[in-house]
Amino acid sequence: MELAGLFNYFFFSICLAGIYAVMALGLNVQWGYTGILNIGVAAFFQIGAYTTALLTSPDNPAHIGGFDLPGTFAQLVGGEGAFLGQLVGQASILIGLLGGMAVAALLGFLIGWITIGLRSDYLAIASIGISEIVRLFIQNEGWLTNGTRGIAGIPRPGIGLYNGSDFLEFMVLVVVAIGVVYVLIERAYRAPWGRVLRAVRENENAVLAAGKDVTWFRLQAFVFGCTIMGLAGGLYAHFTTFVSPEAFRPDLTTFLVWVMLIAGGSGNNRGAILGAFAIWAVWSGSEFITSAFPVEYVTQIAPLRVLLIGVILQVVLLTRQQGLLPERPPKPLVTDDEAPNRSG
Amino acid sequence: MIELIQLVLYGVVLGSIITLGAIGVSLVFGILRFAHFAHGDMMTLGAYFAFVGYVTIGLPFWLAFPVAAAAAAGVAVLIDQTIYKRLRRSDPVILLISAFGMALILRSLVQIIWGPSNLVYASGIQLPIRIGDLRIKEDHFYIVGGALVLVIGLHLFLTRTTMGKAMRAMADNVDLARISGVNTEKVVIWTWVIAGVMAAAAGIFLAMDTRLHPVMGWRILLSVFAAAIVGGIGRPYGAIAGGMVIGISEEVSTLFINPSYKAAVSFAILVAVLIYKPTGIVGARR
Repeated sequence: MELAGLFNYFFFSICLAGIYAVMALGLNVQWGYTGILNIGVAAFFQIGAYTTALLTSPDNPAHIGGFDLPGTFAQLVGGEGAFLGQLVGQASILIGLLGGMAVAALLGFLIGWITIGLRSDYLAIASIGISEIVRLFIQNEGWLTNGTRGIAGIPRPGIGLYNGSDFLEFMVLVVVAIGVVYVLIERAYRAPWGRVLRAVRENENAVLAAGKDVTWFRLQAFVFGCTIMGLAGGLYAHFTTFVSPEAFRPDLTTFLVWVMLIAGGSGNNRGAILGAFAIWAVWSGSEFITSAFPVEYVTQIAPLRVLLIGVILQVVLLTRQQGLLPERPPKPLVTDDEAPNRSG
Repeated sequence: MIELIQLVLYGVVLGSIITLGAIGVSLVFGILRFAHFAHGDMMTLGAYFAFVGYVTIGLPFWLAFPVAAAAAAGVAVLIDQTIYKRLRRSDPVILLISAFGMALILRSLVQIIWGPSNLVYASGIQLPIRIGDLRIKEDHFYIVGGALVLVIGLHLFLTRTTMGKAMRAMADNVDLARISGVNTEKVVIWTWVIAGVMAAAAGIFLAMDTRLHPVMGWRILLSVFAAAIVGGIGRPYGAIAGGMVIGISEEVSTLFINPSYKAAVSFAILVAVLIYKPTGIVGARR
């Protein structure tokens, strides 16, 4: 492989692993912080991807939209030919991503509003239902999603500063997204809000006794996590420029994100990012092994990779449940030794 | 009207399959207190085991069936002893996540061994028997009859044998059962044996009704859980009522909604029961 090809592959990998990292961060807010067991990660990811796709792809009579945001905005300031037009068009990608996040958040709110009060194992069961329904919806509602033919022509952001790689500029966008999400949720983790979430995870009744609205906090955390998953979906749509039901393997996506978070360290955002890159490395590295087999065996050998990830999960659960980077909650401002003697 | 009766009949067939799966989920929850997410894929595995016995080796079906059930029970016990047993001290949700991983492991194994495409036990189309305007396939009698035999067998096991009584005692109160001298580890193994046998039977019947596919069990898992919860999770008898409610509702719903959205019906019933009567329609322990 040439050096340029190698670099391109590297950028490609960072993009894809980074999108998974964003999802893992979203799941961390739900599971790591709050203890909400969401087995429907892929549902919010897909919703984000489809919304962003519809907002930014060119008009297609086969389905609603697309609304071609970049084109429309570029027209407003002198067309796509002009530098300003191109810049504004590119900036409108952000609106597409925000749209994906908003719809994922809305779905999360509706579902959370009904199910968030359930015990964690019941919520997990309900969330497979959500995942299944979203999958069926995307497959069957062709007027909106173009069914199995999918939505094509989603623009990949980039202003062509560097022509050596298709993915370099997009990689920067993904890294920025990870950075923004990381800073935001890390801040939330250390804030009183995050403290309440951790308390909900550890002991719901104690939080209730302290006068907090547990259900409301759980709902907030759930919707927050879903929004981040929607962002990951939007990024994915721009990355692949094409979405269709076959492009997603919902149960596999959900599973990978879970293994990433647990292997990296639930509750630790750096752990979530590390886990995403580590598991993705194993996942994509194992493709080289299976591709060494003759073509006629490929369909049968491919699931070996899933098996490998499944075994990794079991090993982590059996030997290191806290993950690579265990959670480190902030130290209390006043420790027991320093605490003033209240009885005095 | 005739259409409705026809759909109810299909619902009873589907309900029998779901019931057998739900009994296992319910028993495991009652004894081990976790939702077994790999149960659907255990059904799949059982169905493929029967495929090996019946099609690959060429055993008669009445022999291939118990052999496959025994093999599935063996796998269930093996998984429990190698993985779940070591996680029993952890929070039950850790077991749930482990089971979710196990589901993917079993599914990939099925795909590696038997390939990703559809398989059938017997090729060719079975002509339905006509009773008036109703159409029933011969297989449907075997499915409902087989489920009935298994459920009666389970009932006798739970009420007449010492192990069955120990199992019910442990589901009621683990500590009390242990103090009374119940060998809890042995009860756990028997729980997996029964769950495995029931899951294999459910898988085989599902494959008879449709066809074998690596995700057949995962796709029906939601309905199985819904049935277990509607019947009151932890109560194997409730699973029968739950299975019928879910099976019949799913089939009859096709009169009103797009059949692709059958899963949404289970989901709606599941959520409604969880919110309004979390102990299940039969009334269950907490």
